[in-house]
Amino acid sequence: MPTITVDNKKVEFENGMTVMQACELAGAEIPRFCYHEKLSIAGNCRMCLVEMEKGPPKPIASCAMPAGDGMVIKTDSEMVKKARKGVMEFLLINHPLDCPICDQGGECDLQDQALHYGFDKSRYEENKRAVKNKHMGPLVSTIMTRCIHCTRCVRFSTEVAGVDDLGLLGRGEDAEITTYLEKTIDSELSGNVIDLCPVGALTSKPYAFKSRPWELSKTETHDVLDGIGSSIRVDTKGKQVLRVLPRINEDINEEWINDKTRFAIDGLSRQRLDKIYIRENNKLNVSNWDNALDKIKNEINKRGKDKTITLSGKFTDAETIIATKLFSAGLGSDLYDCRFDNAQIVHSEDESYKFNSSIQEVENADAILLVGSNPRWEASVLNARIRKAFIDNNCKVGLIGPDLDLNYSYSKISNSLGGLNDILDNKSEFSKDLFNAKNPLIIVGTSAINTSQGSSILKTCAEIAKKLPNFSGSFNPLNVLNQDISRVGSLELGFVNEFFDGDFSKKT
Amino acid sequence: MLREEDKIFKNLYGFDDWSLTGAKSRGVWSNTKEIIEKGSDFIVEEIKSSQLRGRGGAGFPAGLKWSFMPKDSGKPHYLVVNADESEPGTCKDREIMRNDPHLLLEGCLIAGFAIHANTCYIYIRGEYYDEASNLQKAIDEAYENNLIGQNACGTNWNYDIYLHRGAGAYICGEETALLESLEGKKGQPRLKPPFPAGAGLYGCPTTVTNVETIAVAPTIIRKGASWFSSLGRENNTGSKIFSISGHVNNPCNVEEEMGIGLKELIENHAGGVIGGWDNLLAVIPGGASVPLIPKSICDTVKMDFDSLKEVQSGLGTAAVIVMNKSTDIVDAICRLSHFYKHESCGQCTPCREGTGWMFRMMEKMVKGSAQVNDIDKLLDVSKQVEGHTICALGDAAAWPIQGLMRHFRPEVERRIKKYRFGEVA
Repeated sequence: MPTITVDNKKVEFENGMTVMQACELAGAEIPRFCYHEKLSIAGNCRMCLVEMEKGPPKPIASCAMPAGDGMVIKTDSEMVKKARKGVMEFLLINHPLDCPICDQGGECDLQDQALHYGFDKSRYEENKRAVKNKHMGPLVSTIMTRCIHCTRCVRFSTEVAGVDDLGLLGRGEDAEITTYLEKTIDSELSGNVIDLCPVGALTSKPYAFKSRPWELSKTETHDVLDGIGSSIRVDTKGKQVLRVLPRINEDINEEWINDKTRFAIDGLSRQRLDKIYIRENNKLNVSNWDNALDKIKNEINKRGKDKTITLSGKFTDAETIIATKLFSAGLGSDLYDCRFDNAQIVHSEDESYKFNSSIQEVENADAILLVGSNPRWEASVLNARIRKAFIDNNCKVGLIGPDLDLNYSYSKISNSLGGLNDILDNKSEFSKDLFNAKNPLIIVGTSAINTSQGSSILKTCAEIAKKLPNFSGSFNPLNVLNQDISRVGSLELGFVNEFFDGDFSKKT
Repeated sequence: MLREEDKIFKNLYGFDDWSLTGAKSRGVWSNTKEIIEKGSDFIVEEIKSSQLRGRGGAGFPAGLKWSFMPKDSGKPHYLVVNADESEPGTCKDREIMRNDPHLLLEGCLIAGFAIHANTCYIYIRGEYYDEASNLQKAIDEAYENNLIGQNACGTNWNYDIYLHRGAGAYICGEETALLESLEGKKGQPRLKPPFPAGAGLYGCPTTVTNVETIAVAPTIIRKGASWFSSLGRENNTGSKIFSISGHVNNPCNVEEEMGIGLKELIENHAGGVIGGWDNLLAVIPGGASVPLIPKSICDTVKMDFDSLKEVQSGLGTAAVIVMNKSTDIVDAICRLSHFYKHESCGQCTPCREGTGWMFRMMEKMVKGSAQVNDIDKLLDVSKQVEGHTICALGDAAAWPIQGLMRHFRPEVERRIKKYRFGEVA
């Protein structure tokens, strides 16, 4: 393995690493603003400058320089210290000193790094630059005077989110980050630019002036609003949930969450169904728990306990499911199910409702067949992975279902699910791409299987999956993309009954 | 003084016909096939041994640059000619392109062949309308006469030349920003490495070269490397077009031998300084980016890369800007600071923030409304910009100010004192 010497410490590194990564291996801390692991390298903030011995007589940008065998790097020499101080000073001369009213205060990269690497006072006597705020929609608030032009947001939106809505206009000190025509960022991942922004230029509009980060209690948990269960952190102040942030989880959501996850919390405090209503004579009347439970008891007794059907909804947690099962058993009924949308999965086989390949595997895919699914809406973070595969592996995407606005190109196979048989019989053009790929995947959306033909469609998909080259006893390229994660939990707990297989509406 | 027969640019002033007929009568395209049949290694070696240094400003050895191109990369190779001549004071490439375009085109073919390229792009400054027009006509003529195109000059080498007009940004003259612009993106310099020879235009091996460097190549090979290296001195060989402007009686472009004395150059070719040599204040010897030199240095300095480097300036593009004693030297450098502030691309921090700050401090220096220790602050800021940026524009913005303070600090201090205390006797 090649070695690099960082501050007199010799470390081994892997080929392809940058000097910055190698320095981190050696335990040296390199300040940075524009560099982000998940984005392309811009090298424009110049904060990560280090000295390279036998190199040019000037510091090098460690984030962009490939590490080489035998390099000698200094991260704490006079040259480096001076360079960092200089860059820090430049970043601060046009940055407003409005930390006391800035929502980023307390978790601001610029604040932290200015403390460690900056001057204690400013030598700048000229007028500071003021930049007009931009309209970026109802979620992202902009205070563009604070912007340090790191272009993380631009790179995120073009690379990960796949929209060209953000850019750097103008040049020199007049350069501004903007949505070109005062337009909303047209992406379901737009909230992530708030986390990415190292300063307070892009902040959360709903969270504006609500709290300080050190006042919040942080609870690590999982998102329940889509089928993939992103890792999140819920920040609360007192009883109120104030914001939701992503946690890093390479297996699921990397560092992103979608806007629904991030901003749905206003539903916890506003227009919430927090009273009991009983419908009488087609009118909802406010009531209380005692009346409601009495009514339920009477109705159950009237109709026969063992005929009681229990259905679970989208956000039912596993404990409730267990309790409900016990409750039903007490009534002597086993008529419960979680498939309120009539999804025809084969509940005895867990491979028929799971995302079998794992989400991470999507990144390596070189062909993906989407069946009746719109991943951009149903699982935006997963969609970002598909886009990654599209960019990195030139992944071919085929779609069975209505036309979609996906942020990568796809080949339309058919509108109707009949196209599946063409693929199975190798008659479709896309089948060649699918069967010749090394890591093909099938993603089936719930809208494809919640019809009466659902189970046969799933069966066809399974047959296609078996014909794929990467199918093996331990790996199944067939994935079912559920719309809510509670469904999978309920199925795992057996909250399902064969009685409801087929056309549910005809039975009841 | 350069002898008439040693001049490469025989139609520099456009007195003669610039079209193919005229060019052929001057010997252009005469034995291109023979040259190419000698092989690419021969051409690169010949350019190497002629010690030709790039004429775009940095003075990098041209043969060495060409030899960086991989032999067998499996990708298309590109030659990109940098005709985005925007350095203030510089106007040499435009004379080549409008008065002797075929010299450039022949160079494109030979250099392109030497670096295994089948495609050449000439990125010309947008404001150069007549030049682009002449060059395009010359390209059309060359295609019609099968000098370029399929089986160019009968050499079995296919060669296409495309002319691309820029849109007026100074930064697009930086080689990687030029490539970005050529690709249709925003003209912002790329990070190096990778260098263009490894991953340039569309990620393929590319050589970006100045117009003059390319245009002299055919003559060097025709007359031999030893002829070229016999002109000038070691490592500073050959002849070079000097653009003399400013306070001279006869501003002009002139092809001269490298290492000619600055005084000789101005007196012999530009009709001398207005008001006489003793009326000279300072000279910027290589286009706006290099530090100025005061008269005391101008008296003796020789015009080549290494001599000017010794006096802490540079040959740059050899655009000699002459300033006599009527010049407000502080204001002149302030104007250059404004230029760099205006032309900074805004990508990286030190240049984006530093150029504006330096310009505003320079404005104060012009008025004298600064403090004396602000001069040190200004110099410190210029050092914080220099060497910390992605491209060389940061350096170019810092150097004129450093040159001013190196040689004219008493003048700046005098103004500050005058502003504060009135005229001191």
